[in-house]
Formats: sequence, C-alpha cells, structure tokens
Amino acid sequence: MGIKKRKTEEAIFKTLMVLACILVSSSLFLIIGTIVAKGLPYLNWDMVSKVPQGGFYLGKEGGVLNAIIGSLYLAGGATVLGLLISIPISVYLNIYLKKGSLLSKSAKLAYDVLFGIPSIVYGAFAFSIMVWLGVRASLLGGIIAVTLLIIPILVRTLDEVIATVPKELKHAALSLGATRWEAAKVVLKQIRPGIYTAILLAFGRGIGDVAAVLFTAGFSDNIPKYIDEPAATLPLAIFFQLGSPIPEVQGRAYASALILTIIILVIVFLSHVLATKQNKHKI
Amino acid sequence: MTQHPLISVKDLNVHIDGHHILKNINISIPDKSVTSIIGPSGCGKTTLLKTFNRLLDDTANVTVSGSVLVGDEDIYAPHAEVTHIRKKMGLLSQRPYPLPMSIYDNVAYGPRIHGIRKKSELDVIVEKQLKDTSLWNEVKDRLHTPAAKLSIGQQQRLCLARGLAVKPEIILGDESTSALDPISTHKIEDLFVRLKEQYTIVLVTHILRQARRISDYIIFVYMGEIIEFGPTEEVLLYPKEELTKQYVKGFIS
Amino acid sequence: MNIRIIKDKIIANAMLILSVASVSFVFLIGIGLYWRAAPLFEGHTLFSLFSTSEWAPSKGKFGFYPFIMGTLWVTLIAIAVALPLCLLMAIYLTEYAKPGIRKVILPLVNILAGIPPVIYGVWGIFFVVPIVREYLAPQFIEYSSGYTVLTGGVVLAVMTFPILVSIVSEVLRTIPKELKDASLSLGATKWETIKKVVLKRAFPGIMAAAVLAVSRAFGETIAVLMVCGNVPVAPTSVFDAGYPLPALIANNFGEMMSIPLYDSALMFAALLLFFIIFLFNLVSRIILNRIEYKFIS
Repeated sequence: MGIKKRKTEEAIFKTLMVLACILVSSSLFLIIGTIVAKGLPYLNWDMVSKVPQGGFYLGKEGGVLNAIIGSLYLAGGATVLGLLISIPISVYLNIYLKKGSLLSKSAKLAYDVLFGIPSIVYGAFAFSIMVWLGVRASLLGGIIAVTLLIIPILVRTLDEVIATVPKELKHAALSLGATRWEAAKVVLKQIRPGIYTAILLAFGRGIGDVAAVLFTAGFSDNIPKYIDEPAATLPLAIFFQLGSPIPEVQGRAYASALILTIIILVIVFLSHVLATKQNKHKI
Repeated sequence: MTQHPLISVKDLNVHIDGHHILKNINISIPDKSVTSIIGPSGCGKTTLLKTFNRLLDDTANVTVSGSVLVGDEDIYAPHAEVTHIRKKMGLLSQRPYPLPMSIYDNVAYGPRIHGIRKKSELDVIVEKQLKDTSLWNEVKDRLHTPAAKLSIGQQQRLCLARGLAVKPEIILGDESTSALDPISTHKIEDLFVRLKEQYTIVLVTHILRQARRISDYIIFVYMGEIIEFGPTEEVLLYPKEELTKQYVKGFIS
Repeated sequence: MNIRIIKDKIIANAMLILSVASVSFVFLIGIGLYWRAAPLFEGHTLFSLFSTSEWAPSKGKFGFYPFIMGTLWVTLIAIAVALPLCLLMAIYLTEYAKPGIRKVILPLVNILAGIPPVIYGVWGIFFVVPIVREYLAPQFIEYSSGYTVLTGGVVLAVMTFPILVSIVSEVLRTIPKELKDASLSLGATKWETIKKVVLKRAFPGIMAAAVLAVSRAFGETIAVLMVCGNVPVAPTSVFDAGYPLPALIANNFGEMMSIPLYDSALMFAALLLFFIIFLFNLVSRIILNRIEYKFIS
C-alpha cells in the first residue's frame, strides 16, 4: 500500500474520532439543554417552597418541597448508613488484610458484582424483605434499599482511594508501636478528601435513583416527620407527574427535573473542586 | 565479637510466594553501633531488615522460620506481641512519610498512643527529639503547620525524631538517604553517627561509600545468604570471600 | 495484654464479620429472589416461561419471551451505537489528544455518569422520541409513535458512554509504550500501530468493557421504561415498541398482590436479571483483573 493511501486512511479515522468525541461530549449539553429549556418556564418559587396543596395533581397550587426534602432525607440517611457499613469494610479489606489474601480477592469480586446489580433488583429484594418483616413502604424502607445500592459504590471508591496511600505510611505508624486500628485511623486521615468524594458520589446516586425507591419509600404529599412514614422523592415525583394528562402537572415534572439536575450538577461541581484541591498533607 | 549482641538471628529462613528469599541466616548484631547491610539489589537486604520489626507480616504468602532474638525476647515466638516489638525499633524508610498532621503531632504521635496525654510532658519530648535531630531551630516557629510543608530532607529528619520519641532501642534504616540531596544525606549520616552512642543502628544501603563512612560493621548479603560479616575495615579492605571482593571492587552489583 | 491491643482485636473481629457478611450478601440476594420466585416453577417449566409469548397473569399465563426479546433488542442497539463511538473516542483521547483536551473532556463524560436515569428519560421523551417519530421512522415506515426500541437503545447508549469511555481508555493506557514504539520504529503510521498492535493487544479488555456496559444497559429501568412504549409483544424491527424486563417489574410491582403467582413471576424477572448480570460481571471482571495483573507484575 502506498504511503499516501495509508496517510489518507489515518486522516479518515482521525476525523471519525474527533466526530465521536464531539458527539459523546455534546450529549451532555443536549441533555442539560433540553431539561433547562423545558423546565425553566415552569420553575418558580412555589415549586421549591411549598408542598402540594389541594388539587395539586389537577394543576392547582403547590410545589414539590415534599419530594425535595424527602429525597434529601433519603439520600442523606442512606449515605450515613452506607458509610457506617462501608468504611469498616474497606478498612478491613485494604488495611487489616494482607494484600492478595483469599478474602480480599473474593471481596473485590463480590463488590464488583454487587456494583453491577441494577437498582430495580435491589428495590425488589428490599421490598421482599420488608414484606417479610411487615415493614410498610416508608422513609426507612427507602433508606434500606438505597443503602444496599450505594454500599458497593462507597466500598469501591474507598478501595481506590486507599490504594493511593503508600503502604509505608501504614508501616510508619506500625513501627511506632501503633496497633492496626490506630494505623488505619492515620490512613483514614490521609484520605479524608477522598472520603468526601465518595460521599458525594453515593449521595448523588442515592438522590437520583427511582427503581430502588419505587416500591420501598412510598409517596406522600407531606414532608415525613418520622422514619416510618412514607416519603416522596424527587425522581419519583418527576415520573408520576410526567404521566399526567394535565399540562400544568406535566410542566411541574419538567421543573422538578430541572431542580434535580441542578442538585446533581452542584454535587458534581463540589466533588470536582474537592478532587482538584491540593491535599494539605500530600505525601 | 567484643560487644554484646542486641539482635541475634538464628536459622532464619524466609519464603515469599514460594521463593526462598533468605537462606539460613545466622547473625548477631552488636549493640550501640552502626551495622550496614550491603549487597546487590534484590539480594534480600530489605527483607532481612523487615524481619527485625515483623513488617513482613503485612505481606501475603510469607513464611518465616527460625528465630530473631531482640535482647532476650524471640520476636517470632507464638505469643510475641508485635506492637510491643515494633515500639522497640524506629524505622526510617527510603523516603520520608510524614503522618497527615502537624510537625508537633508527628513527633507526639507515638508518645500519645502509648499513653502520654499531658501537654507539658509532650512539649518536652517534642523539643528534645527535634533538637536531637537538629531540626528544632528550623521548625520551632511553625510546629503546628502540616509536616508535609517541610522540605524532603527536613521531613526525613522529622521521621527520625518521630521514631526516637517512642524511646526505641534500635533504629532501622532502609536506604534512608536514597531520596535525599547530598546536604540532607550528610545531615542524616551525621545523626546516625551521633545516635549510635544511645542506639543500635542497622542500615540497608546500596552505596558502598556510605557504608564505609558511617558503619562499624558490615553484613554482605548475596542471593539471600550472608556471605561475610565483620568490622567495616576488614570487610571492605580485606574481604575473606571471593564474592565480597568482587562486589567491593565493583565487578558485581 | 493492654487495652489498646484488646480494642484492636475486637475491632478486627467485628470488621471481619461485617466483611464476610457483605460478601455473602451476593448469594443472599440470589437465594432470596429464588425463594420468592420458586412457586412459579411448580406449574411452569423454565422452557415454557422463556418460549411462550402470552402474558396474562390473571389467567396464570406467564410468557417471558416478549420481555426477553425487548431487553435484547434495546441492549444490542445500545451497545451497537455506543461501542464504536466510545472506542473511537477512547483511542483519540489516549493516543492523539493533547492532555489539555483530555482534561476538559473526561470530566464532561464523568458528569454524564452522575445524571439520574429519570433525567435521561425526560430527555429521551423530548429529544430522542420526536427525532425518531418525525425524521427517522418516516424514512422507513408509515407511522411510528417514536416510543420504540430504537429510542430506548439510543438513550441507553448515552447512559453507557461514561463507563465505556473510562474503561476502554484505561485498558488502552495499560498497553506498554515500548510496544507502540517498536511498531512505529518499523515504519508503521500511528493509525496502523493502533489498528494492528494496540487494538489487538487491548481486545480482551475492550470486550470486558463491552460486557460491563451491556450488563449496565440490561438492568437500566426507568429511563428505558419511559421511552420504549412498553407493549408486551416481541419487537420485529427497530421501530417497534418493546417491553424490557426491568420495566415489567417496575410497572407491575405494586399491583400484583391479589393475583396468584404474579408476585413470583416478577421475582423471577428480577432473578433473571440478577443471574445474567452476575454472570456478565463475573466474566468481565475476571478478564479485567487478569489484564491488570499481567501488566503490573
């Protein structure tokens, strides 16, 4: 093959690559653009400051404050619960266990699988447990389902962060006579910014998920006061309102979608800031 | 050996992943002196050093047989308390790893975990250790800034001060100057020479001239075996073994 | 023994129990779903569940064929759209692009990963559905509502972009530079090197990434449910509506309590998803881990 033809082939593929890059990156702007264009006309102060009033689902007054607060409670509760479970697990797998031991290897694999299980399966599983235990659809049920969903995310992210800490730091603490737990605390201190990133990631995933809360959290026009009350969530509010034939209600679905997108973008922005911020204890 | 040995290794064998890394090691390391472990890279120097404070425990698929006596205590005895053993030995690794906290807290970390809470007591310890490592004048005005802000040479001296603060008997150095500039290296070497009056110092080094400058005794390790052990002068100038001769002359490295 | 060491031992044991419990959770989910789905197997063979098309829970007829086909169509369309695009993009980013471009584009793709499924769904309804209805479908058929397996596939493709781009880039980055240099110094152009050396070497990794993306697409629920039409008939063209398995569960879960076996049928759908995803993840992770070890050691 002549050199000219070879160069042409390269040029063609390079063009295709640039096009693919443009297409893939522009999809983000298409999505955000669509949501903003649809949602902005319907976004007003009532939307974020009021709960649904009488006749809300027929297009009368009110807002989705119940869903916003419900989502924050749910994602917040699940994140806290998830951290309480996943930090000890990551510490044990990465700091206590020897590298390459059977448990750490099988745990890695198990968490990869758990990470891949779709949220609808977690939702169905959590629902079965709730039926079995006699728990009705409530904030608690939703928190349990979302916690199941985000534990693998937390464990995997923490794994990656802990892997960036040189083992010599742990050894430094150990050789001062620290116990493994004391050494683990030093490592946790070292990765604090990474823990924040993991929290934001899990919170973002928790606040956006529908399938896990569909049967477990219920839905309510009120802001839940207790953990055993049903709670509305923002994604579910979008989903339900979108199904309405009434234009005002549909409009509120668009506005709710915009609110959710803004929350997510704030979370992404925060974690980006955290990730790029210099760690003051950088080794 | 005229001096009383502090570390005695008897019939030590180490296998990692089925490879025989250390073979039948028998050695007595003299008290209150500097002993350098030299040898080509990959010969087992660092592994030998890590058997002394049982940091090898942290690697998977390691089997250690034989015994390592520190004083009268066998650190590989079934009921040996590893935390207690490690406290007796300060470790200075290849490059400094300051803990993620202030200069002051780095030095105070060890004493704190071992139960010293009083600020006045800690203040005394921190000042003493920083003075002993010639760091006090450089950092006394910024004791509460993150240790990571120090230069790498200062960090290494801080790590030494941190290790000394738990009152060890032994200092283990694993190529402790390999990340440092010549001036910082010189300062650390000076410290080792000064500290040997109070501590037993065991260093791994791949720099022959460094071993000659600061050590009293030299252990030459080759392919997992101790080839020669003796006073620095004897090993480096009049080696008994052919392998040592070749290594010292630079034919093998 | 002092108190610190006792504390360390207690904490170690507690964490060990927690870790083992969480690992066995994988099996717990599988067993739990099987247990709830089991009543369905008493009157139906696996073969009949998979091969029949009639879905009439009140008559006790549970044919999963349309749902399985719906899932397959949507997933295959998604991967057919996403894989070539992401492969080209990953090659560009790792081999050609300046670090500056990479620094801008990769965070953008990461934001895409953070967008909730329901937002993808809304976008699908207002962006992809009209395009399919007004522009694409009329070229081939008379009328389409726009709610088709193609729409679902495109939305899913966009949702799998982040995972594909990030894993494929990572795989490409593990190819040793010496290998590329060897090819380049034999007079090959950069593209020829990529085509004949890099892609060949990266093939298992790319396949693993594709399998992971497929498994992600397989389980996606809400976004697909919103744009797919949800007609329980096996699709025969890309412009037909489809009804994937996750959508089946989501749409019917609340209402099944009164009808016998309905609940088991939906749990069976969940079990099916779980099983397939378990298998896919296992295979692709084993491949990816092997690559990692090969290059690290």
